[in-house]
Amino acid sequence: MIHKFKLGGYNILLDVNSGGVHIVDNLTYDLLDNVQPPFEEKCPQDVLTKLSKVYKVEDIKECYDEIVLLYEQGVLYSSDDYEQYSLKAISSPVKAMCLLIAQDCNMRCKYCFAETGEYGLGKRMLMSLETAKKAIDFLVEKSANRKNLEVDFFGGEPLLNFDVVKKTVEYARSLEKKFDKNFRFTITTNGLLLDDDKIDFINKEMYNVVLSIDGRKEVNDRMRPLAGGQGSYDKITKKYADLVSKRGDKDYYVRGTYTKYNLDFSNDVMHLRDLGFEQISVEPVVADKSTPYALSATDLPQIFEEYEKLADKILKYKKEKGFINFFHFMLDLDQGPCAIKRLRGCGSGNEYVAVSPEGDIYPCHQFVGIEEYKMGNLDEHTFNYDIKNEFAAAHVYTKSDCKKCWAKFYCSGGCNANNYIYCGDIHKPHKLSCEIQKKRLECAIMLKAIEFESKHQNDEENS
Amino acid sequence: MKHIKTINALT
Repeated sequence: MIHKFKLGGYNILLDVNSGGVHIVDNLTYDLLDNVQPPFEEKCPQDVLTKLSKVYKVEDIKECYDEIVLLYEQGVLYSSDDYEQYSLKAISSPVKAMCLLIAQDCNMRCKYCFAETGEYGLGKRMLMSLETAKKAIDFLVEKSANRKNLEVDFFGGEPLLNFDVVKKTVEYARSLEKKFDKNFRFTITTNGLLLDDDKIDFINKEMYNVVLSIDGRKEVNDRMRPLAGGQGSYDKITKKYADLVSKRGDKDYYVRGTYTKYNLDFSNDVMHLRDLGFEQISVEPVVADKSTPYALSATDLPQIFEEYEKLADKILKYKKEKGFINFFHFMLDLDQGPCAIKRLRGCGSGNEYVAVSPEGDIYPCHQFVGIEEYKMGNLDEHTFNYDIKNEFAAAHVYTKSDCKKCWAKFYCSGGCNANNYIYCGDIHKPHKLSCEIQKKRLECAIMLKAIEFESKHQNDEENS
Repeated sequence: MKHIKTINALT
């Protein structure tokens, strides 16, 4: 399988099964519409006749030979070696956990999938230290021989329950030596309750921190008001800058959501960079289509154009000003994730679970409150392995739409929660998310192509 | 290669 596209003045060719990426001329681009394996020794006469109206016959023959050579080298129309590895996609130890440490929030973000902290459960509550400790014990037990474990403090707003966050970290650390484990903690916060003590603790203990902000003040404040209705932008930007300035080289992200209200979201990304943040993620809203801010298929042309604009702006920024990293344009063409991750993605429901304040276990934070996917309860010592096995076997070869998609080894079958919420089945990818994902991937590959060209030119000039 | 420039073989 191949995928080819035109973007940024380039003709780009991806060999899906090998991951090979090529920049091709117009002739190759057109010729690939007319030939495919099994290749004849020479370019078929009807193809020569057809394309000779635009290109020279000698060039067509030469180009055909190049295509056949790459095919013989196994980097064009290459075989699919990955399906055999899908048999390895079996139930794994649990190695990551999302702790809903606070099922409550001091903000009222309009698009919040957690329904401003309540998770649709109609009540607000904080996780007790006792439940948090049981969750850590569960993770240690279910992680079997895995040494490296991740715990994400999530909400609602986790800083509403900061004392339990601190004591949970302390408790987990106390188990590391005894059980030969290494905990890595992350936290996602809206920033309102950040102060010097919390910043110091987060920067000491949290391997990564996600700081929620949507971008420009008017964009952020429209969707992210406080419980009292006023905007949050002015209350958080200085605190975020303070946290990041003290963080050294540890990971962080400022993370925003774009909606139908800011389809010009490239301006929000660049605004966040202008505020001094280098690590930025701005992602499409997940919302019921009946809401006025939900994205729809009619928005796709504008969204696509905006990602192209963003790629241009990032290129220009890097050239003129310095570093910027946009999460969804990150692409490692040299190595990237291992095969199982490429096939199965985040590991939700299998390697990764979420725990509610009441000790209920779900496949991930977005499934919390969906009774059908409640996997068990810490107090009752229950854990549904049938659900775990269902998620373990949910990969790009068991999702029929994914199996034939060119982007499958990069998107890994999409988000199981989005699939369920939008399509009622974790195996049915949400088409709108797919289209956006594919566009981002094309932009990311284009940026790599430009990087390659630039390096190539520099090498030639230096030699 | 005159027509195809390879940037980078999918671990």
